[in-house]
Amino acid sequence: MSEATLAESHAVAHAADAHGAHVSPTTGLSNNKLAMWLFLGSECLLFGGLISTYMLYRGRHTGSPGPAQLWDIPLTSVSSFVLLMSSLTMVLAVSAAQERDDRLTCIWLSVTALLGSTFVGAQVYEFTSFYHEGVGFTTSLFSSSFFTLTGFHGIHVTVGIIMLMSLVGIISRSKVPGDKAEVVELIGLYWHFVDIVWIVIFTLVYLIPA
Amino acid sequence: MTTTEHIDHTEAHPETHGHKPNSFYIKVAAALAFITGIEVALYYLTLGAWYLPILLVLMLIKFLTVVSLFMHLKYDNRMFAMLFYSGLILAVLVYVAALMTFRFFDGG
Repeated sequence: MSEATLAESHAVAHAADAHGAHVSPTTGLSNNKLAMWLFLGSECLLFGGLISTYMLYRGRHTGSPGPAQLWDIPLTSVSSFVLLMSSLTMVLAVSAAQERDDRLTCIWLSVTALLGSTFVGAQVYEFTSFYHEGVGFTTSLFSSSFFTLTGFHGIHVTVGIIMLMSLVGIISRSKVPGDKAEVVELIGLYWHFVDIVWIVIFTLVYLIPA
Repeated sequence: MTTTEHIDHTEAHPETHGHKPNSFYIKVAAALAFITGIEVALYYLTLGAWYLPILLVLMLIKFLTVVSLFMHLKYDNRMFAMLFYSGLILAVLVYVAALMTFRFFDGG
C-alpha cells in the first residue's frame, strides 16, 4: 500500500471514529458492518442446508397429510406481503436514522416490529392448524424438515423483533453506543436478510408443488 | 477544501451514497408486492412447464431487488458484496452438489 493511500485510510478511520463507528485503518470500512455481512454470508449456508433438506424430504409423508393438503396459500401470501412491507418500514427507519430524526426512527422501528410480530403470529397459527390436522414435528420426514426450516426462520424473525424493540428502548434513552445510524443500519441488514430468506422459502416451499 | 476534508465527508460514510428519497423505497416495495401478487396468481393458473422457470425468475428478481436496493449493496463498498455473495454462491454450489448426489434433479 502506498504512503498516500495509507494516509487516506488513516484519515477515513479518524473521521469515522469521530462519529463513533469502529473503522479499520487498513480498509477504511466499518468493522461492525463487515462482520454483519460476513455473518449474513454464513447464514446463507445455514438456510441453504435447511432448504435442501426440505426439498429432499418434501415427498416423504406416507400415511399423513402432505403439502398439497396442508398449505393455506392465501394466508401464507398475506404473511409474505406483511414481511415484505416490514422491509419497507425498516429501510424508512434507516433513512430517518441517517437524517438523525430519532422520533421517526423509533416509529418506523416499532412498525417494523409490529409487522414482524404479525408474521410470527400467522406462522404460529399455521403450525397450530397443522398440528390439529395430525401433522406434528415427528410425524414424517416431510413434517420434520418443514418445521425445522420454517421454525428456524421464525426464530430469526423473533430475534429480529427483540433487537428492534431493544433498539427503540436504547434510542429513547439516548444510550446508543457509537454511530446511531450505523447501529440502525446493521439491524436493518439482519431484518432484510430474514425477508430475503422468506422470499426463497415462499417460492420453493409453498408455491412449487412437491 | 483539502483532500482529507473531502474524505471525511464521503468515504467515512459510504452508505450515504445509496441514500434515496423515501418515495423511491415506496415504489420499490410496491413493485415487490406486485411481483408477489403475480407469483400467487401463477400458482392458481395452469402454465405447465413454464410455471417453474417463471417462478424462479420472479423469486430471483425479488431477492436481488431487496439485497441491492433495501440493503444498499448496489451502492455500498464492493467488499460487502463480495463477502455476502461468496457465502451465497458457496451455499448454492454446495447444496446443488448435495442434491445431485441424492439424484434430486433426475427424480430418482
